[in-house]
Amino acid sequence: MKEIEIEEVEITLFLEALRLRHGYDFRHYSRASLRRRLLGLQRLFGVEHLLDLLPGLMREEGMLARILAALSVPVTEMFRDPEVFLALRQQVVPILRSFPRINIWQIGSATGEEAYSLAIVMAEEGCLSQCQIYATDINDAALATAEAGIFPVRKMAAYSENYRLAGGKGRLSDYCHAHLDVVEMNEPLRRAMVFAHHNLEADGVFCEAHLVMCRNVLIYFDRYLQGRCLALIRESLVRGGYLCLGLQETMDAYEKKEDFYPLERMLRIYRLRSEGVVR
Amino acid sequence: MNYRGQVLLFGCSTGGLRALQRVFAPLPANFPWPIAGVCHVREKGEWLLPELLGRCCHLPVKGALEKEQMQPGHLYVAPPGYHLLLERDLSFSLSVDEKVHGSRPAIDPLFESAAASLGERVVAVILSGANGDGAQGARRIAERGGICIVQDPATAEAAEMPSAALSVLAEPQRVVLPLEEIAPYLCSRGAEADG
Repeated sequence: MKEIEIEEVEITLFLEALRLRHGYDFRHYSRASLRRRLLGLQRLFGVEHLLDLLPGLMREEGMLARILAALSVPVTEMFRDPEVFLALRQQVVPILRSFPRINIWQIGSATGEEAYSLAIVMAEEGCLSQCQIYATDINDAALATAEAGIFPVRKMAAYSENYRLAGGKGRLSDYCHAHLDVVEMNEPLRRAMVFAHHNLEADGVFCEAHLVMCRNVLIYFDRYLQGRCLALIRESLVRGGYLCLGLQETMDAYEKKEDFYPLERMLRIYRLRSEGVVR
Repeated sequence: MNYRGQVLLFGCSTGGLRALQRVFAPLPANFPWPIAGVCHVREKGEWLLPELLGRCCHLPVKGALEKEQMQPGHLYVAPPGYHLLLERDLSFSLSVDEKVHGSRPAIDPLFESAAASLGERVVAVILSGANGDGAQGARRIAERGGICIVQDPATAEAAEMPSAALSVLAEPQRVVLPLEEIAPYLCSRGAEADG
């Protein structure tokens, strides 16, 4: 057997062990991305072969959380793709504002930068008090960081520029206070947010949402799991609700994609039709 | 599609566009291999590479789309802001994982993923560039039986990238060629495999 085939067997066995022992099923993640993460996992634990991790995976306390953290490396920033946040502010928030209560489900929140960005937009548009942002992720360590709302000060210059391009009405520093080398996000933003563990692969609808943000999550899945996630999102959205995907993501893997129409095609902002849904 | 043949990959940075034009413009429209690669680009601002390269090529050139499957004789370029990875069925996966060598897209993730997915079916070309991205991926390709063609650093606008690749590669997996000889070499290899 060739080396690449042996490696494939190792990955299959490891994923099967993770699924049978802990109920986390990564079989429908993009194999190429996953392989890269698994190599990182091997480096982290200093093992030569993936299957050297099996004994620990079976019986060591805390091992699962470390593996999940390594398999979902959080990479995010505030107001990433500022033009998307500008479009949300100008075209989506004015509609959302008419609801007495606005639920936003932000999927794959990682360390929370995107959820805080949304909260800032809602605050500036005067509807934070009626808004609840549910930010979910599979990575508990990242969620803890998100909940604390503490970010390195060195990143703030880049975030401030993003904020300005996203149509920010004040200064980003209005929403946080600095302590030495970190900033802490202000309390009013944090009151509107709930961070929770949620596994898109296995769990059901998290909430009834007016807006779902799911950016750069689907790229890590195969088409089967992409379709399943989009069906779940569809189920969670109210009629006329909005969905925002990553700039390179599409709904091609979803059989009922016609239920949505693009509000801003290039920015991947879609709206669920409120009536006359195509079947 | 059941394409079982070779897959051609490329990586470049500074001076890359001119090198890419010299390598790919001479390839005929019926070149048999699918082609994909990374040229370091800024994440923000207009992305002209597919158009600039497409204008001088006989092959169709486009940005790689998420989960798109490579077609023989088509050339795909990694989009700004995303790493480009290759799956076993020749479909692309994109990723926003950390930058590698200060760049996203970077060459190493593409080369490493292709080495793991496709092994000896990979032919990689490393062209002009001003850092060492691509070397680690090239080594992985060589370890899995693929071939790495390295632009002779003396003919590169920026020699660091081909030099870094050369330093980790050995015969027979390594082929060093002056820029203008890469296209003829690819044509003869492609025709060989085709026939």
